[in-house]
Amino acid sequence: GLKDGRWTVLQLVEALGFCLENRDPQMRGRGIQLLSQVLLQCYSLLQEKEVLHLVLFYESRLQDSHVVIPSVLQGLRALSMCEVLPAGLAVSVLKAIFQEVHVQSLLQLDRHTVYSIITNFMSTREEELKGLGANFTFGFIQVMDGEKDPRNLLVAFQIVHDLIAKDYALGPFVEELFEVTSCYFPVDFTPPPNDPHGIQREDLILSLRAVLASTTQFAEFLLPLLIEKLDSELQSAKLDSLQTLTACCAIYGQKELQEFLPSLWSSLRREVFQTASEKIETECLAALRALSACLSRSVLSSDSEDLLDSFLGSILEDCRHHLCEPDMKLVWPSAKLLQAAAGASLRTYHHITHSVLPLLLEQYTKHTQSSQRRTILEMLLGFLELQQKWGHMEEDESALLSLQAPICSVVFSALLDPSVQLQLVGIKALTVLGSLQGFLSSSDLELVVDHLIRLALHEEDSQSSEAAMEAAGSLAPTYPKVFSGRMVPRLEEELQSEREESYHSHHSLQQRCLQALAAVSTHTSIVRETVPVLLQHLQKVQKETEARNTQDTISVCQSLHRVALQCQEDAEGCWYFHQMVVPCLLAIAVQAAMPESTHTLPGKALLEEEVLAAMIPVISAATTHLSPELAAQSVSHVVPLFLDGEVSFLPQNSFPCSFQPFGDGECLEAQRRLVALLMAFVCSLPRNVAIPQQERLLRELLALSCSCNCPFTATTAAKCFAGLVNKHPAGQQLDEILQLAVNRMEPSLAEGPRRTQALTLLLWVTKALVLRYHPLSSCLTDKLLGLLGDTELGPATADGFSLLMAESPDVLHKGCHADVRIMFRQRFFTDNVPKLVQGFHGAGPDVKANYLKGLSHVLNHLPKPVLVTELPTLLSLLLEALSCSDRVVQLSTLSCLHPLLLEAPQIMSLHVDTLVTKFLNLTSSPTMAVRIAALRCAHALTSLPTTVLLPYKGRVIRALAKPLDDKKRLVRKEAVAARGEWFLLGSPGR
Amino acid sequence: QVNDAESTVSVEFTPTIPHCSMATLIGLSIKVKLLRSLPERFKLDVHITPGTHTSEHAVNKQLADKERVAAALENSHLLEVVNQCLSARS
Repeated sequence: GLKDGRWTVLQLVEALGFCLENRDPQMRGRGIQLLSQVLLQCYSLLQEKEVLHLVLFYESRLQDSHVVIPSVLQGLRALSMCEVLPAGLAVSVLKAIFQEVHVQSLLQLDRHTVYSIITNFMSTREEELKGLGANFTFGFIQVMDGEKDPRNLLVAFQIVHDLIAKDYALGPFVEELFEVTSCYFPVDFTPPPNDPHGIQREDLILSLRAVLASTTQFAEFLLPLLIEKLDSELQSAKLDSLQTLTACCAIYGQKELQEFLPSLWSSLRREVFQTASEKIETECLAALRALSACLSRSVLSSDSEDLLDSFLGSILEDCRHHLCEPDMKLVWPSAKLLQAAAGASLRTYHHITHSVLPLLLEQYTKHTQSSQRRTILEMLLGFLELQQKWGHMEEDESALLSLQAPICSVVFSALLDPSVQLQLVGIKALTVLGSLQGFLSSSDLELVVDHLIRLALHEEDSQSSEAAMEAAGSLAPTYPKVFSGRMVPRLEEELQSEREESYHSHHSLQQRCLQALAAVSTHTSIVRETVPVLLQHLQKVQKETEARNTQDTISVCQSLHRVALQCQEDAEGCWYFHQMVVPCLLAIAVQAAMPESTHTLPGKALLEEEVLAAMIPVISAATTHLSPELAAQSVSHVVPLFLDGEVSFLPQNSFPCSFQPFGDGECLEAQRRLVALLMAFVCSLPRNVAIPQQERLLRELLALSCSCNCPFTATTAAKCFAGLVNKHPAGQQLDEILQLAVNRMEPSLAEGPRRTQALTLLLWVTKALVLRYHPLSSCLTDKLLGLLGDTELGPATADGFSLLMAESPDVLHKGCHADVRIMFRQRFFTDNVPKLVQGFHGAGPDVKANYLKGLSHVLNHLPKPVLVTELPTLLSLLLEALSCSDRVVQLSTLSCLHPLLLEAPQIMSLHVDTLVTKFLNLTSSPTMAVRIAALRCAHALTSLPTTVLLPYKGRVIRALAKPLDDKKRLVRKEAVAARGEWFLLGSPGR
Repeated sequence: QVNDAESTVSVEFTPTIPHCSMATLIGLSIKVKLLRSLPERFKLDVHITPGTHTSEHAVNKQLADKERVAAALENSHLLEVVNQCLSARS
């Protein structure tokens, strides 16, 4: 009634009058409880005057019997939320509470009420409370003293934090306030297992840390406490102290830290030197870094001693001599401590490197073993890397510049060392040195490049050689001139030289050259140098008649591909690459496909599948990142080349014969193969680039894919067609061309010599449509499902399901701008798996395997979480698939079941009998991969509930003894793992 | 040393210190692991590297005694310890 305004509070109080004044405290309590409940519901409607009276009433009730108090506090909480509370009342309420109530003797809930009252007042009546001065703080200290419940503590910590953050007067009570909070440090609390409040240990730790690290006034009390806890045995206490120390350093200054620095340092040093825990070490280093940063931040008055100097001095004193003993245990801890301190600020960096770097350099020359040198160089590297953090060096300040010569000579000597490990560190150091602007002089740079060339080409160890190429690649963008002027010509020279050495070493040197050329092409200006070299080499390889040139051509293509990937992000470089490489590759290929050259060896080699397959990624990578305008420019050359034999844009365009890949005629077989290159180009174009004469192109491709006898050409044409269809905007045109395709396919699928080609086309077109959710796709998949029952095409169709689901490497993927909808696999699964299952049940015995194979391909490519939820319906079918004799089916079913065993043991345990039998049977399969997969599954079985498995233990262990003696090592390995796990099942000590 | 043709495996192990009290347990664990991991045709011989343990002879004798090994594995407490040694998880 009160809420609607029909009653006033006054009337309520009068009505309750009897209760409120009753002699029996129980009765009074209930009266007040009712009143408080009402107030809690409608405190916002109260008038100022009513509030005044109610507050006075409640205050007086505080002196009442302990039975009444909880309800009184509830009422006060309601009133504390009133906006119209008259000035001064907040203070008087709090005073009354502080005076009359002994908070810690109340129940948890009532204590919480008190904290809420205080919080409410603090958020609305800050000014008034501040008027109370330190008394408020003192009152609160008394309230929270002895609090134990984590829920209340969270609130209380928040209040203390606000007290400090909002600048309430702490007066003489700083130490008391610290005592009352710090007694909880370090927090040791494990939430009860079924805790509904969800308070974690971490919450308490963080809120307490916020309190402790919130003011410098606590410093003199907190730091000794932290040192004490750091010296304790408890891992968690150490961690907490270190993290708190790091937090404190954010606000402390020299004054607070001064007194405690020596003992802090000795504790930190002890921990880093002795600890076995990586976590503590990391925290120690973080704390040291924070301390040094804090010290270097403080502003000094001119007369006071600089604490930073003395602090760093003591660190250096304690750590320096360890650096001189690279074989001893304390080398790395010392180096890490020094690096942590050096990483704090520019000042600390200078101070420490000033002393450490010369020492390290001296030690490097003193020690001659490469393992010791490696340790020293790694430390040096650590310090050099820190320099990167500070960015540009200032000439006069840097200790590094003065040491430039010795550092360089040390690094260079490492590069010449026979130890590979030392070389690797040296190469890494080179990368770091190179990234320091202005550190290397031009003569040094030339030396660097020479070293890199030597390592990349002539170093026997492939690790060093790769690292050197990597380093060249990362340094090249910083110093493009040196690399293009020095490295590229050298590589070119090596590449062209005809040595009399053994063929093999010459060959591997050429390989290295090609790799290095690709690796160093990380800057546009270098790309301009390297690409012509690579293309020239490609043409040279072409003319050679040696048998090896297939492999050589492929290596050049791989290098070109790498260059293409490296310059994709840079529009200018990308266009340059495209302009240079695509016409050149096409020209070489067209030349090779001319009738008279196909009979010679090099021409044939170039048209081999693997060579064309190596060219595809080059063209594709050169095309995907083109801007639409440039791509349109390029497409207007390439498409006419294929459709009309328009060769004028090719670099050497005088061919003896016309180029007509889509023409009829026996001798054009070779030219048709080049459709692969067309595919690489047009299928990688951005979707918004219009393709000239697309209609005609599609028709030609369709005809080629259906009529060609060569499987490679037919497949490529089908892929190209599919790639274009996938990107074709929806509409009548698309429908027409699709209808045409269907009409072409149907008769050839039904019968005739070209059934396989038709199936390939059907598969690729289906994939293109499934990816973009085209309505026709369901019709085509139904056709595929029907073909599963075909005795001739069934197996191929079943394999085709993996093609539908898998990511294809060259066309129809996201990278080449194909229209791929998310979750198309899930969608395909839900649409078609029921049909597959149905088809399986209705099929004859000789084609049942096809359905299972198709199903297992679909399942194999499905994301695992989806698979687990869909499992129960399919499990019986999968189990049946295990007894199918086709090893592909077995293998893919096993790989489906493996994750299920681990993730859904409950469902799987229902079928344990079948599973055990089938797995054990398959461990003697003639195919190694099946044996391995079966043993893995047998191993995974052990994650099922032990009680289910125990009956089979003996049998499994006996059966697994046989694969222990398998003739293949990998099988034996799995068998040992599985059998060992089965032995442990159900026995003690597992 | 493995001799596949004759189906014999011989393992020598060196305890950390000459009076290492764990030597028997280590030997037993090696033996059990091999028993579980090798085909049955192999004859196992696990023994301490000569001259590295004070009671070398006694331990070798224990490890060679099939009866005693079998008996040890009947003892659930001992089996627990051995399994702990062999369990893949830490």
